[in-house]
Amino acid sequence: MDKTPPTMPRQSWTFSNEVNAEIRRAAATGIYDIRGGGAKRRVPHFDDLLFLGASVSRYPLEGYRETCGTKVTLGTRFAKKPIELDIPITIAGMSFGSLSGPAKEALGRGATLAGTSTTTGDGGMTEEERGHSEKLVYQYLPSRYGMNPDDLRRADAIEVVVGQGAKPGGGGMLLGQKITERVAGMRDLPVGIDQRSACRHPDWTGPDDLEIKILELREITGWEKPIYVKVGGSRPYYDTALAVKAGADVVVLDGMQGGTAATQDVFIEHVGQPTLACIRPAVQALQDLGMHREVQLIVSGGIRTGADVAKALALGADAVSIGTAALIALGDNDPKYEAEYNAMNTTAGAYDDWHEGRDPAGITTQDPDLMARLDPVEGGRRLRNYLSVLTLECQTLARACGHNHVHNLEPEDLCALTMEAAAMAQVPLAGTNWYPGKPGF
Amino acid sequence: MSTIDMAQTPLRQVNETLQAQALAGANAEYTLDNPRGAHAVAVGLNGPLSVRVNGSTGYYCGGMNKEATITVTGSAGPGVAENMMSGTVVIEGDASQYAGATGHGGLLVIKGNASSRCGISMKGIDIVVHGNIGHMSAFMAQKGNLVVLGDAGDALGDSLYEARLFVRGSVKSLGADCIEKEMRPEHLTLLADLLAKAGADAKPEEFRRYGSARKLYNFNIDHAGEY
Repeated sequence: MDKTPPTMPRQSWTFSNEVNAEIRRAAATGIYDIRGGGAKRRVPHFDDLLFLGASVSRYPLEGYRETCGTKVTLGTRFAKKPIELDIPITIAGMSFGSLSGPAKEALGRGATLAGTSTTTGDGGMTEEERGHSEKLVYQYLPSRYGMNPDDLRRADAIEVVVGQGAKPGGGGMLLGQKITERVAGMRDLPVGIDQRSACRHPDWTGPDDLEIKILELREITGWEKPIYVKVGGSRPYYDTALAVKAGADVVVLDGMQGGTAATQDVFIEHVGQPTLACIRPAVQALQDLGMHREVQLIVSGGIRTGADVAKALALGADAVSIGTAALIALGDNDPKYEAEYNAMNTTAGAYDDWHEGRDPAGITTQDPDLMARLDPVEGGRRLRNYLSVLTLECQTLARACGHNHVHNLEPEDLCALTMEAAAMAQVPLAGTNWYPGKPGF
Repeated sequence: MSTIDMAQTPLRQVNETLQAQALAGANAEYTLDNPRGAHAVAVGLNGPLSVRVNGSTGYYCGGMNKEATITVTGSAGPGVAENMMSGTVVIEGDASQYAGATGHGGLLVIKGNASSRCGISMKGIDIVVHGNIGHMSAFMAQKGNLVVLGDAGDALGDSLYEARLFVRGSVKSLGADCIEKEMRPEHLTLLADLLAKAGADAKPEEFRRYGSARKLYNFNIDHAGEY
């Protein structure tokens, strides 16, 4: 009998079970993995920042008595009719097609109850969404699916989408499973085929062209609508500066944790920068141009709590936008559907095959039976509640720092827990007065 | 007939006037003098109106047009009649890139040549080009008809969906998933109608038809090498 102590089986860090499973999946199918959502890898984020709070040098505001404003006005630069929001949190663009009609209605209802805006997405404007959204931003995308001047005029703002955080430089693909007659009709394509959303606009390239495109959109809509330009978080300083140069009223900056309906996993995880790393360069660009607060900055990508909202505002954003969190508020990835997630070889919280159209929560689907599971009225109420909590949390933190408006939050209110976060947010590492790259050190 | 001198009138005022007149639906006639390559001329017209532009225009002339008839006596810059919904736009000279891009309906006639990406992502518009068209024309074209009396450049109809392409001259190369297709009687009838509307002196029988092979409609790894 061999008495040699056995070697402990050792898993490779490089070839982990997760990595090996993906290799086997790729070998079996010959197709890269497509999924929804944003980057799942751990990246420096708002969790790595802390508020300092009031002290001897600063006094706080009374939490339940003293006012802390949350209103925000977007589009003050050129638009005749800027958008006035009660809260600094908006709903990001998500397409009808990737989302069901009831889901779009629920987003509109929730946003309206909370006094904020929602955004269309690829695939055009639906009656569900326009009818239930007091303030609706109409996305102008490379595919131009469903684009028409009538909807452009009945929008409250126009968002020219250059890129998104999940896939800067990439287009999209709505797979045939979700292309019902209604979705296909809105996109002028046959039922059941994969629908490619192009990665760049068909009739302009570069910032000089973009300036003319914005001119055209303003001329068509009588210079009434705020024009947003949405960019993915890749080169935030230059993209922001060029968007301003092109005439944007608002810049929407989406970091790599921002979600998508369907994109290659390799794209989501390996292209773009974390949201935290994008904000300061964008704000710097606005400041260098003398446009901070005149051109508003909306930040998105991984906003989950009022703390995230407050930290983004403290770093210089005027508002934030939520997508994934809004879907979770509606019921996406709810553990009550665990058995159904298990049947699809996944689990609640990890379900991301939104493109397959089998969402048990009835949100990322066009299946009539699944869609019927989402009550848009109840969904809207849940979203309103969630937006209210985000706002209350943000106010709580702002008051603790002594501010009577959430826009008065500033980088000096923050410190960082890690060197990486300190470098990205350009706020001192906790316990020091230093951050990597700080001038003078 | 009313005339607006664009050398004396700001663009905003020009478009505001035309948009109001189009909306009034009175079939009024306007002439624009001295466009001098201005961008976004006569955009967003939403009703019956006749506009004659004496000269050449910059980007996006006639953008998102509905019902109006716009004639440019010179040449047109990039994106002429982009996203047109209905109506007619006629360019008597040449057209730059992206002519008729994403157009949903109506008729775009280019009496000269059109540059690259003519009819890109078209969604139902009819485009008739009396001369030649440049490379990558009808890229990802979804619906509608592109008729070319002259030659077509490289990669015609790349990643085409259901749009129909008719070319009388040579085609330098076809793009991914674009193939020549049989010209059936209904296509000859359609072509004859489009040629007549565009005032083009050509016979339908002289054209070849191109369309989608539909191999790329659903992702298949075995077809990944085609693009």
